[in-house]
Amino acid sequence: MLSIGLDIGSTTIKSVVLDENGKIVYDSYERHFSDVQNKATALLTKIKDEFKLSDSENIKICISGSAGMGFAEDIGFPFVQEVYATRTAVLKNDPETDAVIELGGEDAKILFLTGEESGEKELEVRMNGSCAGGTGAFIDQMATLLGITPDEMDIEAKSYEKLYVIASRCGVFAKSDIQPLLNQGARIPDISASIFYAVVNQTVAGLAQGRIIKGNVLYLGGPLTFHSQLRSAFDKTLGITGVCPENSLCYVALGAALSQQKKTYSIGEAISAVKDRKTSGSYKSTEPLFESEEEYKEFLERHSRDTVEKISPEEVKGGVYLGIDAGSTTLKCAVTDEEGRLVHSVYMPNSGNPVPLVRDFLKDFYTKYPSLSIKASASTGYGEEIIKNAFGIDMGVVETVAHFSAARHFKPEVDFILDIGGQDIKCFKIANGAIDNIFLNEACSSGCGSFLQTFAGALNYNIADFAKLGLFAKNPVELGSRCTVFMNSSVKQAQKDGATIDNISAGLSMSVVKNAIYKVIRATTKDAAVSLGKHIVVQGGTFFNDAVLRAFEKEIGMNVVRPDIAGLMGAYGAALYAKAHAPEKSSILQLAEIESFVHEVKAITCKGCTNNCKLTVNTFGTGENKRRFIAGNRCDTPVTGKKSEKNELNLYDYKLSLLNELKSSQGGMGRIGIPLGLNMYELLPFWHTLLTELGFEVVVSPASNRKLYLKGQQTIPSDTVCFPAKLLHGHIEELIEAGVDKIFYPCLTYNINEGLGDNHYNCPVVAYYPEVIRANVRNLDKDKFICDYFGIHRPKDFARKFAHVMNKHFDNAFTLSQVKNATEKAYKAYENYLAAVRAKGKEYIDAARKAGKPIIVLAGRPYHIDPEVNHGIDKLICNLGAAVITEDSISAEMEKFKVSVLNQWTYHARLYAAAKYIADKKDMNLVQLVSFGCGVDAITTDETRAILESENKIYTQIKIDEITNLGAVKIRLRSLFSAI
Amino acid sequence: MKEIKSHVRPGLPFTNKMKKEYKILVPDMLPIHFAILIEVISSYGYNLELLKNVSPRVQEEGLKYVHNDTCYPALCTIGQMIDALNSGNYDLDHTAVMITQTGGGCRASNYIHLLRKAMVKAGYPNVPVVSLNISGLEKDSSFKLTLPMLVKMLCALCYGDLITLLKNQIEPYEVEKGASGKVVDKWTANIAAQLKKNKGWTFKAFERNMRNIVSDFAGIQQNIVPKIKVGVVGEIYVKYSALANNDLEKFLRSQDCEVNVPGIMSFICFKIDNRIEDIKLYGGSKAKDAVCKMLLKIVQRIESIMHGVLSEYEQFEKPATYAELKEMVADVIGYGAKMGEGWLLTAEMVELIRSGYGNIVCAQPFGCLPNHIVGKGMIRKLRSLYPKANIVPIDYDPGATRVNQENRIKLMLAVAAEGASKDFEVSEETETV
Repeated sequence: MLSIGLDIGSTTIKSVVLDENGKIVYDSYERHFSDVQNKATALLTKIKDEFKLSDSENIKICISGSAGMGFAEDIGFPFVQEVYATRTAVLKNDPETDAVIELGGEDAKILFLTGEESGEKELEVRMNGSCAGGTGAFIDQMATLLGITPDEMDIEAKSYEKLYVIASRCGVFAKSDIQPLLNQGARIPDISASIFYAVVNQTVAGLAQGRIIKGNVLYLGGPLTFHSQLRSAFDKTLGITGVCPENSLCYVALGAALSQQKKTYSIGEAISAVKDRKTSGSYKSTEPLFESEEEYKEFLERHSRDTVEKISPEEVKGGVYLGIDAGSTTLKCAVTDEEGRLVHSVYMPNSGNPVPLVRDFLKDFYTKYPSLSIKASASTGYGEEIIKNAFGIDMGVVETVAHFSAARHFKPEVDFILDIGGQDIKCFKIANGAIDNIFLNEACSSGCGSFLQTFAGALNYNIADFAKLGLFAKNPVELGSRCTVFMNSSVKQAQKDGATIDNISAGLSMSVVKNAIYKVIRATTKDAAVSLGKHIVVQGGTFFNDAVLRAFEKEIGMNVVRPDIAGLMGAYGAALYAKAHAPEKSSILQLAEIESFVHEVKAITCKGCTNNCKLTVNTFGTGENKRRFIAGNRCDTPVTGKKSEKNELNLYDYKLSLLNELKSSQGGMGRIGIPLGLNMYELLPFWHTLLTELGFEVVVSPASNRKLYLKGQQTIPSDTVCFPAKLLHGHIEELIEAGVDKIFYPCLTYNINEGLGDNHYNCPVVAYYPEVIRANVRNLDKDKFICDYFGIHRPKDFARKFAHVMNKHFDNAFTLSQVKNATEKAYKAYENYLAAVRAKGKEYIDAARKAGKPIIVLAGRPYHIDPEVNHGIDKLICNLGAAVITEDSISAEMEKFKVSVLNQWTYHARLYAAAKYIADKKDMNLVQLVSFGCGVDAITTDETRAILESENKIYTQIKIDEITNLGAVKIRLRSLFSAI
Repeated sequence: MKEIKSHVRPGLPFTNKMKKEYKILVPDMLPIHFAILIEVISSYGYNLELLKNVSPRVQEEGLKYVHNDTCYPALCTIGQMIDALNSGNYDLDHTAVMITQTGGGCRASNYIHLLRKAMVKAGYPNVPVVSLNISGLEKDSSFKLTLPMLVKMLCALCYGDLITLLKNQIEPYEVEKGASGKVVDKWTANIAAQLKKNKGWTFKAFERNMRNIVSDFAGIQQNIVPKIKVGVVGEIYVKYSALANNDLEKFLRSQDCEVNVPGIMSFICFKIDNRIEDIKLYGGSKAKDAVCKMLLKIVQRIESIMHGVLSEYEQFEKPATYAELKEMVADVIGYGAKMGEGWLLTAEMVELIRSGYGNIVCAQPFGCLPNHIVGKGMIRKLRSLYPKANIVPIDYDPGATRVNQENRIKLMLAVAAEGASKDFEVSEETETV
């Protein structure tokens, strides 16, 4: 009898057929485009034909895979969980295996088959959590972004020269890393290889969770089978030589086929069971977008009135103005005449590199319209800088300003603009003819144009057709407002519950809108005219999609204006801006120069400072006309060749320098290590002084960097904890390597009470991370680790309690008076540190005011001064011409005041106080740094925003994680600067 | 110092007058416990209603008014209340909502503020928000708790623990389907009625009731077949609430498991004991120390009555006492780790492993901060101490889908099934020796 194993995964369906002897006699692998039922039916029929089975022939069948679970349930077939199936197959085929790494469409798994210490057969399994970063879907998305196929990406990666750091947690995050790299002109081979390494890091950091992957390692699943460079990245990172066996795609199906099943089915019975499967039936739906054709017609008619005035090139009198918007996924160019009438425009996908496209556009333009002379030009969008430098564009303009310029031309009374582009959602409120408030999507919540595109692609549609499907869907799926990755599983669930493609399409359009309203703008729809505005203009390519537009109008209960050039508004606005700021003579390259245009890219690492920025050096033109454009830098050093100016007003630097100045000498008690992470950035002066006074030589772990992070990566138990906490693992490893006698990293439930809040807690992660270190860092000798609980908030009791604990660890080495004395000095040292920060803060504020510089409070937590955590955003702000101060330098200026949340964390109370303090100061603004995964900041961000907005200040939030690219941050900051 | 202008819109206080006229909506978490609990509170003149609305609309409403990065329990409970207010079933001028507050260093202490903000945003600024806490927070809007009321409430929870525990141990094996459900309903109603009449909460009555309950359950005919034993631990709301954990217990039972969800009494002990530990670790008021110790003693007394009764029946797996739980993690994690479920969560995992429920679902909201430490952070350590431990952490949030979660749980169950069959072989061998 034949045994059939079916593996129905998120994107593919695989089968294996075994004969009586357990020999594989058939296998298959194909994409199912979510049409599971028909594909499975066809597959079984094919098997039946292949083996010339009659309907009544008996077979055994077992189903596995993430999409197979519900399927098997519905038809009552045996099911085996896919990881378990893999293991069954591996034990049979490759019994010597110690570990298996299996990547699928949306799942990533590691199986450990031998005990970590015992070396005996056992089973420990890991699956990715709710985040699908670092899987096949991620690789596909990244390839799309590069404009190549995944296979081509593998070929490209072979010739890489250097690696960039790409956030591997989430596809959306990685996109925001890769996009700027592309726009800077980084080489495709380098990016391709970096993407594979990102997948490796995600797998290791997210799944190994403290276990080392070693021994005989097996690589399974699509991505590892198809991409040799991915395998080689795993090999290199783990220091192993893994094997990708024959049939590596079908191990799950093989395991399913091998799973012993008592029950047999006739093949005919099996096929009809699959074919006639009734879905469990119901999903939550909402109102249709349009009830009738008439309603749609009326809608179209209303929107067709919102057109921009156009003029044919032949009729133009006078000069023309060019705007180029090099966006994340598309390139837009617009040419206007002196009256702002649209003369010519293009809108096209940028295929990862806008430079040749702009060159072709200009060449074409010059050739076709030799009579039109470009008087001024401006570029905007992600590619603003590179386009500006490549083609001698006269000026760059920040996106937000470009969009506002366009919308205002269109509708002078506009008070709210919502722009949904390929990657970004931008909203601005307009008051008194200027941008009053800006909302940009965080790097993690997707819901933009590329989101719809990805789904359309996954379901085998092009985006335009896909969107149209949804217009008349009768029961659109209620999908909520989720990030792309989560949405995949929701869509799958809806499909399982019987939702058809049209209803899914409509549901996705609605979800884009809900994401924008509820997550990005964080507005309610009770009264949209108040919470948003009375005159709303929507733009961006995504609003070309009638379904999205309609969904938006329905959700807010108001009609809005969509210009007929919704997708061009950035470029059109840039052209208008160029006209308004036209130079005497435009520097834009002329036809001859365009024809001889060359563009070379080189990737180098800047050695100017410890940031070691990965630079891409673009060279345009040849000989005398040679121009260089350097990207990826945080400061001007690589451009000017000079070190950053020392007179920068940067309190982040100053705070770091205070910590670096702490010195300790041998004192007879041996060497004691302190990891410089999390709250140690605040309390180092305290503990350092205390321990030095007690006779220890204090060894502080070195400054964080990528290498240090990777050193500790394997022992991180929770992949969703914040990056600053993850870094701690590396710091501990460094201290272990330094061979210190003890490591001191205490638990602190409570922080110092500064009197600004109702309590003075640390957040749970800061408070108890030492427990995680103790339980997870394998190399740590537990007897050498001091992680006791101390109460620094009670200075009176502290010395006694501290003495007691330390005497336990050091054999009663200390007298109480000795500890009391040291404690006093420690508190004093801490006070002095805070006083120095405050004094320097004042000094910088005064200096900035004298120099007429704006002042930015870069507010966060003490550990955000770690350059590896803040990615040099402080320097970036200084480069934009502002002074940077910290929240703790001004929070003491405030007394406790009422906030509308429970104000019980010391660090967060400082945030509120700082926001309140600057709220009425014209030259001061606040930018909040938020670490991805910081649960407490879900509360502080809303409250800080409320405090600032109550005084009509703009709130700017920057989410940071492992990401190192600053393109999006720059846009955010420049938007802020243009608004203040 | 600059003049302070407030951006805060104060909530409406909950006055004594309102007590008589208002209906207070209470989000559900533990159906049995809460059904009894609200009768206790009602007997003090409050008019309470336990919310039972659990449609997907609840999470939708929650998403509209609560920051999506905020923990999932806040989103669920707030969504549930707003969905109820939207339903038109309540007189909005005479309705209040209630929420509990623990006052710890976890962001959960902020629920009440998030709820107030949400109420304003959703257009219900005049619906008062009532706080239930023992930390002295929100003086204007909280229940005035007296000691007898508190003791009665504790009894209610302990009854709930007992009934839940017995039901979980018997239901999977009952011969007549629904037999244990009937006993649950009978006693939930019976106890609620007693407490409402100010009965059933003296230690004597308490013991008598407990004995009757246990005896009733023990009388249910059972067919003991081997089943996979699964424990559930986690962030308290997600651990207990079917709304938040996608009906986790029901799912596990559908997979033919016996489910053990540790009760809430040890959590109450834990919250009181934290104050004692704080004073021990950092110093503090002797008076506060004494009050807490007294309170802890009362709760432990109630707990010991339950244990006494249970130990008369061999067939039931008796849960560890609070003191035993604490001892179990002495070498694993510090007692200072108190935010959220703190060391107790780790202790519950140890207890489950030691009592044969080593297949564990650790349920938490996505991004739950304490769980990075006491849940996920401790799994490796527990596995090194107890190599058979089979723990799967599952994250819950509005974006996570059931398919994904159930797939991971099924993996855990597959491993468990294998372990169970091995154990079976081993025990057979030992028997022959």
